[in-house]
Amino acid sequence: MPIEKIFLDQILINAFPEAKIVVRDLVGDGDHYEATITSNIFKDKTRIQQHRIVNNALKDILGGDLHALSIITKTEV
Amino acid sequence: MTNDHLDFIKREISENDIVLFMKGNAAMPRCGFSANVCQILNIVGVKYKDIDVLQNSDLRQAIKDYTDWPTIPQLYVKGEFIGGCDIIKEMYQNGELVDLLKVKQILILPD
Repeated sequence: MPIEKIFLDQILINAFPEAKIVVRDLVGDGDHYEATITSNIFKDKTRIQQHRIVNNALKDILGGDLHALSIITKTEV
Repeated sequence: MTNDHLDFIKREISENDIVLFMKGNAAMPRCGFSANVCQILNIVGVKYKDIDVLQNSDLRQAIKDYTDWPTIPQLYVKGEFIGGCDIIKEMYQNGELVDLLKVKQILILPD
């Protein structure tokens, strides 16, 4: 079941109010997204830890409504 | 999680240097993310055990619970969870994946 980009944006903005968030709908079907989240909260964390933080924020939709999401985490420079 | 599946996961990741829990198999992946990781492992030139979680929904849930990681694919090297598709892709692109495989003393045979 596709989800609206604005819905995904909102979840991420609520979870990471200080972050720079860019969500792209990769094929335009509301089912395949890429989220790039840039925040200092990822600093000094392993990639697995960084992705766990994002996964946790999306736990209600990941693997359910949200079919495919690429996650890119970055720390601010 | 039943003990059977937990035992199966532990056995597979201890008996095989590289294990990829994926959707479909290496010859015919059934998900773009799984296909991506297979492609990277093939390019790097390592042998790996592919395990298709679509064959068993309990196993599919068990591997998620085991690592506390909500998505498939999942790559294990010498028993250690390395990451899913995004992490593997990033590690491949910046050279970390090959470094890790070398540190873990995995035989690398690029074509």
